[in-house]
Amino acid sequence: MVRMARLSVLGRLLGCGLLMASSIVLLRPARGTPQQQNPSEELFTLPGELGNRGGRLVVSLRAEPKTLNPLTAVDAPSREAIGAMHADLVHINRVTQLTEPALAKSWKISPDGLEYTLILRKGLRFSDGQPFDADDVLFTFRVYLDENVHATQRDLLIIGGKPITVRKVDAWTIVFRMAKTYGVRERLFDSVVILPRHLLEKPYEEGKLPQIWSNSTPANQWAGLGPFRLKEYVPGQRLVLERNPYYWKADSKANRLPYLDELVFLFVPNADAQVLRFQSGETDVISRLGAQNFAVLGRQEHRYTMADAGPGLEYNFLFFNLNDVDEKKSPEIARKQKWFRQVKFRQAVSAAVDREAIVRLVYQGRGAALWGPVTPGNPRWVSTSVGHPARSFERARSLLKEAGFSWSSGQQGDPTLVDEDGKTVEFSALTSSTSADRTKMATLIQDDLKQLGMRVQVVPLELRSLIDRITLTKEYEACILAIVSPDADPNVDLNTWLSSGGNHLWNPSQAHPSTAWEAEIDRLMEQQLVAPSYEQRKKLYDRVQEILAENQPMIFLASPDILVGAKNSIGNFHPAVLEPYVLWNVEQLYFKSNPEKSGR
Amino acid sequence: MIQHSNWKRWLIALAVLHGIVAFAGFFAPYDPTEQDRERPYLPPMRIHLMDAQGHFHLRPFSYAEHLRSGSFDQFEENTDQAIPLEFFVTGARYRLFGFLPLRMHLFGAPANRIYLLGSDAYGRDQFSRILYGGQISLLAGLLGAGLTLFFGTLIGATAGYYGGWRDGLLMRVAELFVALPWLYLLFALRAFLPLAVSPLQAFFLIITVIGAVGWARPARLVRGVVLSAKERDFVRAARGFGATDGYLLRRHILPETSSVILTQAAILVPQFVLAEMTLSFLGLGVPEPVPSWGSLLASLQQYSVLVSSWWMYAPALAIVPFFLVYLGLASALQQDAGTGKIEKTTGGT
Repeated sequence: MVRMARLSVLGRLLGCGLLMASSIVLLRPARGTPQQQNPSEELFTLPGELGNRGGRLVVSLRAEPKTLNPLTAVDAPSREAIGAMHADLVHINRVTQLTEPALAKSWKISPDGLEYTLILRKGLRFSDGQPFDADDVLFTFRVYLDENVHATQRDLLIIGGKPITVRKVDAWTIVFRMAKTYGVRERLFDSVVILPRHLLEKPYEEGKLPQIWSNSTPANQWAGLGPFRLKEYVPGQRLVLERNPYYWKADSKANRLPYLDELVFLFVPNADAQVLRFQSGETDVISRLGAQNFAVLGRQEHRYTMADAGPGLEYNFLFFNLNDVDEKKSPEIARKQKWFRQVKFRQAVSAAVDREAIVRLVYQGRGAALWGPVTPGNPRWVSTSVGHPARSFERARSLLKEAGFSWSSGQQGDPTLVDEDGKTVEFSALTSSTSADRTKMATLIQDDLKQLGMRVQVVPLELRSLIDRITLTKEYEACILAIVSPDADPNVDLNTWLSSGGNHLWNPSQAHPSTAWEAEIDRLMEQQLVAPSYEQRKKLYDRVQEILAENQPMIFLASPDILVGAKNSIGNFHPAVLEPYVLWNVEQLYFKSNPEKSGR
Repeated sequence: MIQHSNWKRWLIALAVLHGIVAFAGFFAPYDPTEQDRERPYLPPMRIHLMDAQGHFHLRPFSYAEHLRSGSFDQFEENTDQAIPLEFFVTGARYRLFGFLPLRMHLFGAPANRIYLLGSDAYGRDQFSRILYGGQISLLAGLLGAGLTLFFGTLIGATAGYYGGWRDGLLMRVAELFVALPWLYLLFALRAFLPLAVSPLQAFFLIITVIGAVGWARPARLVRGVVLSAKERDFVRAARGFGATDGYLLRRHILPETSSVILTQAAILVPQFVLAEMTLSFLGLGVPEPVPSWGSLLASLQQYSVLVSSWWMYAPALAIVPFFLVYLGLASALQQDAGTGKIEKTTGGT
């Protein structure tokens, strides 16, 4: 599965500012024994099945994490590992998609929507036994908002052009104030992980923060508030995490979570190799399965629990190069852009694409056809006013005719589409060579468009050079790609829809919106960002989806279901459609009956 | 004389095999790029003579197959709907040898499709694709070998006949080419070329690359033969009578190399077919939807295909008779020539 990790964090692009929160040094309370419950400790009790303690869960990651530093991590493997090692103030439950308390046990939002008061849990400790309080939160936000640190979280915390201000009321109460109302409300705090001040204050003052917590960090220089803590990192092979004995969640019988003793990430770069590792019993769970591999594993149902969690938030799409291409540098692309720029041409391509066939042949029915960027996996935000027109060659042909195209008889006797100047319509479409799914889609679309007389060449390219072509050199004609939204909220895709966004793939980072409809999307997206209620935001975002469907800058194709599997012995296996699909409740996963792996 | 007829027999077998591939349009029932989106990864259809009621039919037939409801990879036969196999039917348009437009096919079934070797991920007929794919792979092998032998003979004869610094220079260059890791060279070459190449361009590119890399080995062999031939008494005598270099080479020396060249050809063709398959397997060959044996095998890179669609291995079996016959021919030629000094080039590409 290929994701747009390099592009996805280019920011909210709303301006900049600097926050200097005052930090007050308090005397730290005395240490308590880790395993026993401290009466003053306010643990978070989770409902759900009770599990057995012990065992080691082995999971494969599709690449080595680039870093364990939450300030600089942008790639999905790093974020997945960091997610198991840290905690946030307010968390989005990956199954219900609603917020739930985390390090903050409760929060209040002022009636004007500008002030958020968070009450922290008392008596919590970091994984190294050091206590946690409001100073750690203050420190964390100071670091994130410091321009010199270049934290990836910074853009998330700048609202209405001004950074959030953070104020400490007492050791357990923190007040956040924003310049404008913020539509996402407390969801803002999800995945903004809290850092240990006692370890990081010194490197921060020395300006070394971005360099710390690389993969080679010794375990004793690392601490977090997540369910697991660092144990060992073997480059090129695995990352071993061990149970955090100070973790702040407990099950309904007041047993401290997590149940597992160890969590091991193996680095297995190839999807098929991951399946083999899972089949051989080396790994215990598997996520991001392709439909074909899912079917293969499903035939051995007695050994595994295979789950189709439903449509996820990944959307696949085809788009054309609509950049301002220099006619002298690449005359060929500039010539073809005369077609690509015509809305009717794009609409005709969209009308000819057989989305149902993509769902059937690529996803074996485990997916959904798409006409907009919001997938059925996101019912809260999907627009009902965007139509789902069936595939129609007649409509495609009449659109092309209206746009001035005509057909001539080709050498094989097949009709060939020609433009007004009599040039045959042919273009190349890039796909990522590592994604068998999208290469398949390309082959299907190639055949669909052949029926319209267009000649399409599919060019599988290594992902890195593909991204370079799209974002840097802009030497491409069309491309098939996918974006996976990390959350169901529209704000996470801001960077894709704003014309100034680096992820605005068909024409990224524009100084001014080049078309009227892009300008309108910009306006709507900025409005919804500060609109106070869900209904108002939904209305604005619906309109964005309509404009996208009308203008087809991206021709949306399909969205795969989230397919995962686990050994039958894993308890509390409840996959979600939001990342991390399987490990979102890793603290509750356990081995049913006598885990034979614990001794390994 | 027995040996003589021996290599002739191999040659006939070869002609038959190549004939089938050359007439792919006629033997294949369908266009290799035509998709049938209702039947992806359909297993090979069974050809029956006995129907479900136990009656015997003289005309072979098969039952229509469709996806089991609710499934996307399991098919079932519909015994109500028999598809009789018909011969010499009119079907998809094709061009014999690239120019003769025809619609006649050896077999087929009107109004329904028959999959002798199953279908691929897009419901394309695997049997047709193997036959058409052979055209690309074999032609690449034949043209590549022709090009290689032409340059090899030219360079080898020059080096062997003139000797001296020319020999030294050419043979050092040849050694360089023998030592080159050709696969990486191909990757590098491909990276310099434009992104989207049409199937025809890609095809000629492959042949050029194969020819450019492969000439060194035959050149060294030819040089050796020329070197010994030019010292023969009859050659010296001819030179004594005032024969020119060109005459000597044409009349006396090159005919000496013919058995080496023929044997080399029989060895090189399968080698270059394999080279083309390697390239296509790695996605550097002719692009989709045009089939070649290598790109047909490329779908086996997916684990799910490997374990659940056995008929996708068929292209790997298709090459076996070709390679056997080529190698049989090579060894017959070698025996016939009685030289026995031909370098065995196994797996050296």
